[in-house]
Amino acid sequence: MNKDMTRKPGEVVFALLLSLISFGAVWQAYGIAGFEALSSPGAFPMAVASVMVISSVVIAVKTLRAKPDTTHSFFTDVLPPAAAMMIVFILLYAIALKPLGFLSTSLAFLFVSVLILSRRGLWYSAWVSLVCLAAVYVIFRLVFSVLMPEGIVPEREILAFIAHLFEGTK
Amino acid sequence: MMLEAFSYFTTVWFDPSLLMLVALGTFAGIYVGAIPGLSVTMAVSILISFTFSWEVYSALSLIVGIFMGGVYGGSRTAILLNIPGAPSAIATAFDGYPLAQKGQAGEAIGVSTVMSAVGGFIGISVLAVAAPTVSEFALTFQPRDYFLLAILGILLVGSLSGESLAKGIFAGALGLLIGTVGLDPLTAQERFTFGMIDLWGGISFIAVMIGMFGISEALIQLRHLDKTAVKQKIDRIVPSWASVRKYLPLSLQTSSIGVIIGALPGTGGDIAALMAYDHAKRVTKSPEVPFGQGAKEGLVAPETANNAAVGGAFIPMLTLGIPGDAVTAIIIGALYIHGLNPGPMLMVDQPQMFWFIVGALVLANIFMLIFGLTGIRLFTKIVELPRAMLIPMILMLSIVGAFAVNNSITDVYWMLGFGVLGYFMKLYGYQVGPVILGVILSRLIDENWRRAIISDRESLSELFTGIVTSPLSLLLFIAVILIFVSQTPLWTRAKRRLFSRAPDAAP
Repeated sequence: MNKDMTRKPGEVVFALLLSLISFGAVWQAYGIAGFEALSSPGAFPMAVASVMVISSVVIAVKTLRAKPDTTHSFFTDVLPPAAAMMIVFILLYAIALKPLGFLSTSLAFLFVSVLILSRRGLWYSAWVSLVCLAAVYVIFRLVFSVLMPEGIVPEREILAFIAHLFEGTK
Repeated sequence: MMLEAFSYFTTVWFDPSLLMLVALGTFAGIYVGAIPGLSVTMAVSILISFTFSWEVYSALSLIVGIFMGGVYGGSRTAILLNIPGAPSAIATAFDGYPLAQKGQAGEAIGVSTVMSAVGGFIGISVLAVAAPTVSEFALTFQPRDYFLLAILGILLVGSLSGESLAKGIFAGALGLLIGTVGLDPLTAQERFTFGMIDLWGGISFIAVMIGMFGISEALIQLRHLDKTAVKQKIDRIVPSWASVRKYLPLSLQTSSIGVIIGALPGTGGDIAALMAYDHAKRVTKSPEVPFGQGAKEGLVAPETANNAAVGGAFIPMLTLGIPGDAVTAIIIGALYIHGLNPGPMLMVDQPQMFWFIVGALVLANIFMLIFGLTGIRLFTKIVELPRAMLIPMILMLSIVGAFAVNNSITDVYWMLGFGVLGYFMKLYGYQVGPVILGVILSRLIDENWRRAIISDRESLSELFTGIVTSPLSLLLFIAVILIFVSQTPLWTRAKRRLFSRAPDAAP
């Protein structure tokens, strides 16, 4: 085995967590049909979960044996603040999507994330997020006609109004 | 019969809206594939989710275009920035980047574009000729053969691309397990549902896919926010006829490698490209420039091979329902959702689908040639788009894509969960490709295993006798064992012993 193998910060915890999940999966799979028959609904899940247990234990042992990497730290190299922040933002986006609607939630999401990630000021972020949202809206909502939650913006009325305006000019 | 096939083949050519969709898909594929960090897998997984409510022909047109364009698009950044836009373009960077450094970026792009198209056409022709035969042969497959073939596919993907076999196997098994969640399709018994009715239908494949390839990729890209593109002066692109003719013999050889590797279940364009590069190195006796310093042969080989592999990959995908890599796994998932059943019966029941796909592939290849040789100025603009703007947009599209399929917020939470899992998996050296392959193949393996064991009256020894007495089953079985053994320490130890003894024996 490679002696020079090093492990990244947090890798041991991750490997142990995967082992734990695998053991849980075997337990759950056993609960489906036990050792009833080779063709039972639980046979394949149990086989797969056992493979997970074996491989995850092998990985965990290898990881535990590897030298820890002392030059990197978890919160700067594995999960830097930007990534952690975006995960939280996505969660908030998902929560707000249905009640507030696609347009308002997306605009807020784009604006805040561009603002923080690009560090180029309010006007830049506002402009970029508006243009991006408009492009996405036209391509996916209007051309591909994907349905998205309407929420608080009276989208249909606005679209009808615009359509009406064009009819008027004909 | 021939005439019928031809009329299906040309369906896409004479329908303006389908024509546009192939063009759009190819265009999107090229540009998404070209942006470093955005892979063709990501493009396919996010964009496919928007096509589920469409009619099947329109969806297929877009999907085929994205796939073809995306495989080619990765070469652009490999040449210009030494960053392969997709795994299949890794070998392209070896000689493409040195060429760009010498100021011959335009020529390199031109040669790679034309050669990609050559490879693409060869791959599609082989698909058109071979698939009907393969699918006829596949009708004779036993359930155990499908079972073994699918296991072989996952093992190959898990072992070839990752840093450790254990991690590859774990990822594949995890995918298989995710695929079993929900009501058992044969007995309707609950599996891993924890008593929740929401889980009866299983975990949405789209959520896993977008999480693993959209969200996790985008999160990883956040780590390289400040990397900027290197500006390159690009002159003449369209290569001269003489140079195309010069590399044609080599391109025919490397295309054949591409088709064959692409057609093997579990291997795709990335491996095909590397093998073709290796082949070119061996057969080119006196390159004008040494390999690794800007040899055009080193550019021709991987570019023909990875596009030829596209046609090759469609063979097992359409005739057996077994994907060759993550992208084809996603496309199979999409076909299922559109009510198509990839497998030997597809050619019998719906030959029009097969010939439609072949027609769309040819068209996508032509569009790839057109878009590849034009629009360089637009291209450099798009590649230079700041990531601080791109990443939030990708995340937004991922969320909306995951939501749009079932109009369900639960899917979005699953997607986020798998995104975070995929992020850590990638950082700690686990492959996510096998996961998606596992999810897609789970049902096929489960059902065929049960069919096989039931037909052998629940007896393992009878199953084994069946495997040993059928040449095909035996071949597949040996392949599975070989792959497994060749990656374990046991093998390296045995090899070391063999090789250390060899010199002793020699004198």
